[in-house]
Amino acid sequence: MQHIFQEIMGKYNYWLYIVLMMIGLYGMIAKNNLIKKLVGMNIFQTAIILFYISIGYKKGGTLPIIEIPHGHHSISPAAIDIDKYINPLPHVLMLTAIVVSVATFGVAVAVALKIYKEYNTLEEDEIRMRLRER
Amino acid sequence: MMTTDNVFAVLLVVTPLVCAFFVMGLHWVDRRWCYPLAVIANGISFISAVEILISVVKHGTIHYRLGGWRPPIGIEYRIDLLNAVVLVIVSTVALVNLFASYNDISRELPEKKGTFYSLYLLFLTGLLGVVVTGDLFNLYVLLEITSLSAYSQIALGDVRRGPFASLNYIFIGVIGASFYLLGVGYIYIMTGSLNMADVAHLLTRLHYSQAIFVAFIFCMVGVWIKMALFPLHIWLPNAYTYAPTASGRVIAPLMTKVMVYVMIRLMFTVFGITYLFKVVHISQFVVWLASVAIIYGGLMALSQNNLKKMLTYIIVSEIGYMVGGAWLGNKLGLTGAILHIINDAFMTFALFLAAGNFAYRLGELTLDNFNDIFSKMPWTMAGFVVAGLSIIGVPPTCGFFSKWYLLLGAFAARQYFFFVALILSSLVNAILFFRIFEKGLFGGGGHHVSVRGEIQEAPVNMIICLGLISVGLVVLGLYAGDIVNTFIIPFIPQGLG
Amino acid sequence: MKKLGLFVTIICGAILLYATGEFPRWGEVRSPASLHVSPHYIKYSVEETDVPNIVTSVLADYRGFDTMFETTVIFCAGLACFLLLRVFGRDDELTPEEEKGIFYRHLPTGIVIQFKKEDVEIRHKDFEVVDSKLVPYDLIIKTACRVLIPFIQLFALYVVAHGDFSPGGGFQGGVIFGASIILLAIAFNLRSAIEKINEKLLGILSALGVFIYAGIGWLCLLLGGNFLDYGRLASILPVDPIRARALGMLGVEIGVGIAVMAVMIIIYINIASAGRHDEGL
Repeated sequence: MQHIFQEIMGKYNYWLYIVLMMIGLYGMIAKNNLIKKLVGMNIFQTAIILFYISIGYKKGGTLPIIEIPHGHHSISPAAIDIDKYINPLPHVLMLTAIVVSVATFGVAVAVALKIYKEYNTLEEDEIRMRLRER
Repeated sequence: MMTTDNVFAVLLVVTPLVCAFFVMGLHWVDRRWCYPLAVIANGISFISAVEILISVVKHGTIHYRLGGWRPPIGIEYRIDLLNAVVLVIVSTVALVNLFASYNDISRELPEKKGTFYSLYLLFLTGLLGVVVTGDLFNLYVLLEITSLSAYSQIALGDVRRGPFASLNYIFIGVIGASFYLLGVGYIYIMTGSLNMADVAHLLTRLHYSQAIFVAFIFCMVGVWIKMALFPLHIWLPNAYTYAPTASGRVIAPLMTKVMVYVMIRLMFTVFGITYLFKVVHISQFVVWLASVAIIYGGLMALSQNNLKKMLTYIIVSEIGYMVGGAWLGNKLGLTGAILHIINDAFMTFALFLAAGNFAYRLGELTLDNFNDIFSKMPWTMAGFVVAGLSIIGVPPTCGFFSKWYLLLGAFAARQYFFFVALILSSLVNAILFFRIFEKGLFGGGGHHVSVRGEIQEAPVNMIICLGLISVGLVVLGLYAGDIVNTFIIPFIPQGLG
Repeated sequence: MKKLGLFVTIICGAILLYATGEFPRWGEVRSPASLHVSPHYIKYSVEETDVPNIVTSVLADYRGFDTMFETTVIFCAGLACFLLLRVFGRDDELTPEEEKGIFYRHLPTGIVIQFKKEDVEIRHKDFEVVDSKLVPYDLIIKTACRVLIPFIQLFALYVVAHGDFSPGGGFQGGVIFGASIILLAIAFNLRSAIEKINEKLLGILSALGVFIYAGIGWLCLLLGGNFLDYGRLASILPVDPIRARALGMLGVEIGVGIAVMAVMIIIYINIASAGRHDEGL
């Protein structure tokens, strides 16, 4: 029992983000309205970003900005304790991923606008029906 | 052996990038310089790619450290024979397409020419960057540049169906790229590194880990979605059919082939042969899936009435060839798959060039419209015939040789279903193309529906491009043995059957 | 479709959850991810690049090539929005009958006048053009925004410049600056925002930003180093190579900030007005 409790306490962040990812994925596949699909896409990508960031956390660590003691100009590498600072690499990777997600979302909204101008509806089944009629 | 600081490695990718900005700026200042600048940028990439190929053949793998930091601290470009060959293919196809697309763009998008060429150059940058990088996350970023550019170009196409096809492509493409990113995340959690060579080294100790298995599955599925392997191919027919002619001609041959390259790179450089064939026993399933893809593509192509849609289903079938060949697990199969990357890029490009010529004059591409087209457009039809023969696999065109290696590999690996699928596919392709040849060459007294006025031969630049590529198909076939021995055999890792 | 979606998500979720059994615990200090490459960044960031903010030094220096392509992604998105949506000229046959013409608001009283013919023009300081009858008259919002926007922009410049020492950097600052212009467009109207920054300037700025980034990389290449090796800048700047890295980083962050700002505004203008650039939200 205690083993399971320890597992949950140790991994619940990953589980939460995976559940969030799956909610977003379900929205993208199963919903009918194009805007709801876009929202699902955004949730999916945001959950992946949060998943990565949670990798970098260290218990007791602080922001990855080196504290230079007041009055000194620089600090030698030996004086830095790596356990005191959280892992900066996932944050860097996710800055890039956030920008990519925003860019994709912008392009997708622009394309959805074009679809709306043409068909005057945003429901996928109506659009497919009209495509079949032609 | 290592050659550091080969400046062509970075010139290749950065030149189209910087020129994309200039072209965009020139669009607002003086529009006439946009097209020449795009051609110059593409030409410089082409020359760099050829230089790199010569250098890799002579001196071995090229490593280029970006920012001067050693890997895995920084990002590294790692170019071996496989990369170098794909780089030459990508830059050649893009350059020839640029020559052939001047007329189409002037007609379809006159007031947005500069921004379109800018997007085109960004697409080229993304593809070249995906091929040349040695870092897993850098690959994701460049893949997204390529994808964004492709989504926007497709949405500019056919007014009724283009945007909807593009939006479907966006959704499925984002799922694919995000799966790949998840896989890389799992690899990062278990190993702590993002550099391909470094990860390969660290993974040798982690063969039996569940997390690495899941990472492998997600990376593979993500890449398969992007390359349109059955049953994840549903975005491809609509997206490539309703794209603007100039865009479809460059996206269709290149995008899926580059993703096949990524799959081979992940399989053989990052995960390794031992992991693929001795630890994870999914190769049988993948070969079976590839066989189904080949048959499905062929059958769907038979039932199409529109020429472009038929060609896109042929692409789905060809992807099956390459994926099956790579997963066969022997030297012959991998040789066939890599040779087919080279051949199929040019074959598909030739077919789409011919389709573009027809579309330029005929407007409607339904198959009934092709009666007696040979008398009106002889050169285009000739090029189309050569490309069709190459897809069917008739010697001495190049298509025959890659199919030959794949058949030998399938037989050696005792994958008889794949073997039968390959042969059936040749028959189906023969039926497809001979149908069109018959109509075009012998169908008499056709009533042509055309929205473009008098039907005559396509403009000179488009014919020259088609002729160049068609001749190239035959040349590639004649030199197939040399290509295999110089470029492919040295790449194949030891230990493969 | 819903059943297929449910099936796919349950399978994917199950596979992903299955693999987490092997992950290190959350917050584990000795995980492989924290022990392999990251210690180098944490220990040597100040010594090799003179920048205490490790995220900025990794973003702009160690993995600076990724960041250049990230800026290219955002440039590509702005370009795509322009290319897809921009229509030149008005399509008068689509506007309904009661919305045709020009609307003027009399400022002291708040009354809105509609002229059906478009060859009338009033140039008086008490009358202003409004987009349609539906735009409310909101003096409080306009005044508050007029006061706030310069401070927002100043803060954005601070975030870009101080990104080396505090959380911040080019992307963050660029987005804040772009948001200030979008606030201008929302509080007033889209036309006045476009008058201040027209689309030609935005197009050139977005290209300029990424060009600064690539240009600094090219400069390093020409000075004999690898691409984006900022240490080579020390031969033209009067500082030592370590400090030159920090200055190179500042340069690329400025480039990124300019590009992101311009693209945010381009995307907003094109989507909010569906490409026509006449009225917005």
